[in-house]
Amino acid sequence: MSKAHPLVTLETIVLVGIGGFAGSNLRYFVGQFVPGLQGTLLVNALGSFALGFLLYEAIHVGIIGSETKMVATTGFLSSFTTYSTFAVETIQQTPALAVANVVGSYALGFAGVLVARALVRRFDSQSRRRDA
Amino acid sequence: MVAIDPAHLVGTGGALGALARYYVGQAVDHESFPVGTLTVNVVGSFVLGLVTFLSPGKSVALLVGVGACGSFTTFSSFSFDTVRLWEEGRPAVAVGNAALNLGGALAAIGLAWVVASV
Repeated sequence: MSKAHPLVTLETIVLVGIGGFAGSNLRYFVGQFVPGLQGTLLVNALGSFALGFLLYEAIHVGIIGSETKMVATTGFLSSFTTYSTFAVETIQQTPALAVANVVGSYALGFAGVLVARALVRRFDSQSRRRDA
Repeated sequence: MVAIDPAHLVGTGGALGALARYYVGQAVDHESFPVGTLTVNVVGSFVLGLVTFLSPGKSVALLVGVGACGSFTTFSSFSFDTVRLWEEGRPAVAVGNAALNLGGALAAIGLAWVVASV
């Protein structure tokens, strides 16, 4: 682990902690309206899309600042989505439903990232055209 | 005991889980393979398995299960990592990552079941 300035360390703790507080709460809130498998599937698909958008934005465009990215990705979105609940819920299903849940969750998670990538590339080419 | 608002339990656990995930990532993540995400997903699934099988009180389930384990593990980073591995021209590693996360998490829950039954 690199030795960062104490204030940078503190900033990281605050950003990741606040993001984690909010992300886990929104996941819990969604679960109140859409309980069980479907709720987990929903947060994982939405969160994968949003994370894909922010991380591809960082690669292709790079307008969003690194502190914003820290609170939004490592803090908020990674806490909003969950693998452990997905895994425990999968085990509690009948074999057929368990397989369907894994295939569905993986497919929607990857699709979310790919849709986000397409969207970022569109923004990127638009901003290039404007700059040209 | 004073009744604590569920949102505060989930949020506090979530903040701690997110920080723990961040520091595990700093400690073990590798450029060629997302070891950090795999580690948190397997370890977090084990702990959530314990919470599920031991069925503690509602407050512990919210703080540790929904909050800490839910935030410590991540599906979004897993999805992104896997797509990136595929994009980098390493489809076998991408499939391996997807299989290891699932197999590791399910095995960890199985282990938690054994531990909880003892």
